[in-house]
Amino acid sequence: MSAAEEVVAEGHQAVAAVPKRGMTLGTGTSLVVLAALLIMPIFVKNFIIFQMTMLLIYGLAVLALNILTGGSGQFSLGQSAFYAVGAYTTAVLMEHFNVNYALTLPIAGVVCFAFGFLFGQPALRLSGVYLALATFALATAMPQLLKLNFLEHWTGGVQGLVVTKPDAPFGLPMSQDMWLYYFTLVVVIAIYIFAVNLLRSRSGRAFMAIRDNEIAASAMGVDVALYKTLAFGVSAAITGIAGSLGAIAVQFVAPDSYTITLAISLFLGMVVGGVGWLPGSIVGAAFIIFVPNIAEGISKGLSGAVFGVLLFLVIYLVPHGARQVAILGQKLAGKLRKN
Amino acid sequence: MTSVRFQVAGIMAALSLCTAMSSPVLAQKKYDSGASDTEIKIGNIMPYSGPASAYGAIGKAEEAYFNKVNAEGGINGRKIRFISYDDGYSPPKTVEQARKLVESDGVLLIFGSLGTSTNSAIRPYMNDRKVPQLFVASGASKWNDPKQYPWTMGWQPSYASEARIYAKYIIKEKPDAKIGVLYQNDDFGKDYLKGLKEGLGARTSMIAMEDGYDTSEPAIDEHIVKLKASGADVFISITTPKFAAQAIKKAAEINWHPVHIISNVSASVGGVLEPAGIEISQGILSASYAKDGSDPQWNADDGMKKFYNFVAQYDPKSNKLDAGVVFGYGAAQTMVQVLQMCGDDLTRENVMKQAASLKDFAPDTLLPGIRINTAADNFAPIEQLQMMRFKGRKWELFGDIISSEIGQ
Repeated sequence: MSAAEEVVAEGHQAVAAVPKRGMTLGTGTSLVVLAALLIMPIFVKNFIIFQMTMLLIYGLAVLALNILTGGSGQFSLGQSAFYAVGAYTTAVLMEHFNVNYALTLPIAGVVCFAFGFLFGQPALRLSGVYLALATFALATAMPQLLKLNFLEHWTGGVQGLVVTKPDAPFGLPMSQDMWLYYFTLVVVIAIYIFAVNLLRSRSGRAFMAIRDNEIAASAMGVDVALYKTLAFGVSAAITGIAGSLGAIAVQFVAPDSYTITLAISLFLGMVVGGVGWLPGSIVGAAFIIFVPNIAEGISKGLSGAVFGVLLFLVIYLVPHGARQVAILGQKLAGKLRKN
Repeated sequence: MTSVRFQVAGIMAALSLCTAMSSPVLAQKKYDSGASDTEIKIGNIMPYSGPASAYGAIGKAEEAYFNKVNAEGGINGRKIRFISYDDGYSPPKTVEQARKLVESDGVLLIFGSLGTSTNSAIRPYMNDRKVPQLFVASGASKWNDPKQYPWTMGWQPSYASEARIYAKYIIKEKPDAKIGVLYQNDDFGKDYLKGLKEGLGARTSMIAMEDGYDTSEPAIDEHIVKLKASGADVFISITTPKFAAQAIKKAAEINWHPVHIISNVSASVGGVLEPAGIEISQGILSASYAKDGSDPQWNADDGMKKFYNFVAQYDPKSNKLDAGVVFGYGAAQTMVQVLQMCGDDLTRENVMKQAASLKDFAPDTLLPGIRINTAADNFAPIEQLQMMRFKGRKWELFGDIISSEIGQ
């Protein structure tokens, strides 16, 4: 084995093996979280509801990355590109073709699946850090592609597109924000259940076999190429749906919204939430939304530095992210119960 | 017991009399969220972090200016509370921060937020909510659209206004010119080109060639060669600094000496003309609306003296040579003027009404003769500029103040 191959092989082990049971929450805890998410909007202001909607949306995008990295062991710094494609698909369909916002979600999902699957083909030849670089290129290229002249009629170029926010249907007595929150919540829960089942299924086992040892997986008869691209496709599709929801919630799409910073934020969210632990996605999303605000509150001029320090503390104290905290909490609860 | 009851009744009567008497006075004081007898809350969103963080200087200068106003007694006795958040130049974050300002902090208005796409992102929300989005810090011409967006107003001259001024200059000084235009292929370049054509009006045919470049191109040499070949004798360079310098160099290299006009965006001596070469930059034209903090010709100017004192006293950490500081000072001064005009009627509606009734207001940092004028159908506060010519190592203003309005 040459030195380069060794590096690549090590790159795979960078993602610690997570047993599939350890990827989800217990039923009891899930129900409590769900109940909290359902009741919360009744008690808070519209602005908080909007923030919670964004939290769910970024949570979904982090979840998508988690399936790719935590599930199949492939890195991606290009999630912002898929997010952008989803957002623009929705915006263009809604504003130019008057398609209902709910219908644009599956379309964005299919478009992004195709996009991710196709991108997965050349990415097959790359792994570890090289794959991360290839996806990085995708993320940096996307804002420029959106500005292209021949697309400008549809995308609005640098000016972007304004998206109309949907009202609650059937004359339901709730604000646009609250309706959008519940709409997003339903979509997120559906996709979460899909993701959990996917990882517990045959395909999920194939993803994890590839993550843990590609050669062994291939020897067992797993079609490595197919499942790697499939993981890319599924991840891209979910990210695209998150992008669609994001476009509707923010009411605006522009190339500046989907820069490499977004991709890095999502990656950060995944690490903070715990790689391979799906519920951690929401925690990770909360980190990327709220911690910059906290950092800004501490020092406006040095918000970046404060954010860096906070991030460093998290990585240093709990390297496995929220998953580690959850396991600690579980152990503590177990001890208390015995006493 | 009876006596107590009488006393209470007496106090009640006295109280009701008081309120009855003072109510006409109270009726004049009208407040929306964010304003009170003691305070006016102003929101602001700036890219303190991220790719455009250099513009953060504007937000800091504005904050310092409001501190100065507060130290001098506030506006009609009310102190300004300036709440400024960071959006990292990312539109989704701008929306989040705008909603935080309006719904959580309850500001009266959002003032001077920076960026074209960031402000575009919050414009529908601000107009839905009927919260003033005043003096947007962006040169796009779309902020002047009072019919569709009656709650949004720009401040600086738009790129289109500046281009119209070049058109006027050319029509007057060189009516038989053949114009070659190089423009950056984005919102900035296209706004500009549109303004130029509007300014030329029926004489758009004077444009011999228009050629766009993308910021991703490493060099624009080919475009300059093409423009020379078109036979143009006036060259309008709608470019950002790096490309403006390249264009100056290449034109000199191929021995092309047209009347060379560069956009105000690239009119930096240190950032463009020096790197391109002071020698070959002589005679280049541009236009400006604000005094240059680094230009010694303003040392004796009353307005700039005030500005320098302000920087020394309230914003000593900033660089007074930074155009952003001059910008922030001027914009904040305009904001204060509007609030003063509002008097005790601090409703959002009245704020917009007063912002749209500025008459001949001249902030300290604008060029002498340039005045801010707005009306119900004119949401473009600064529409005048003055031409300038590069001579020696600095810009020399010449000619009259030119208004960009069409047909004047």
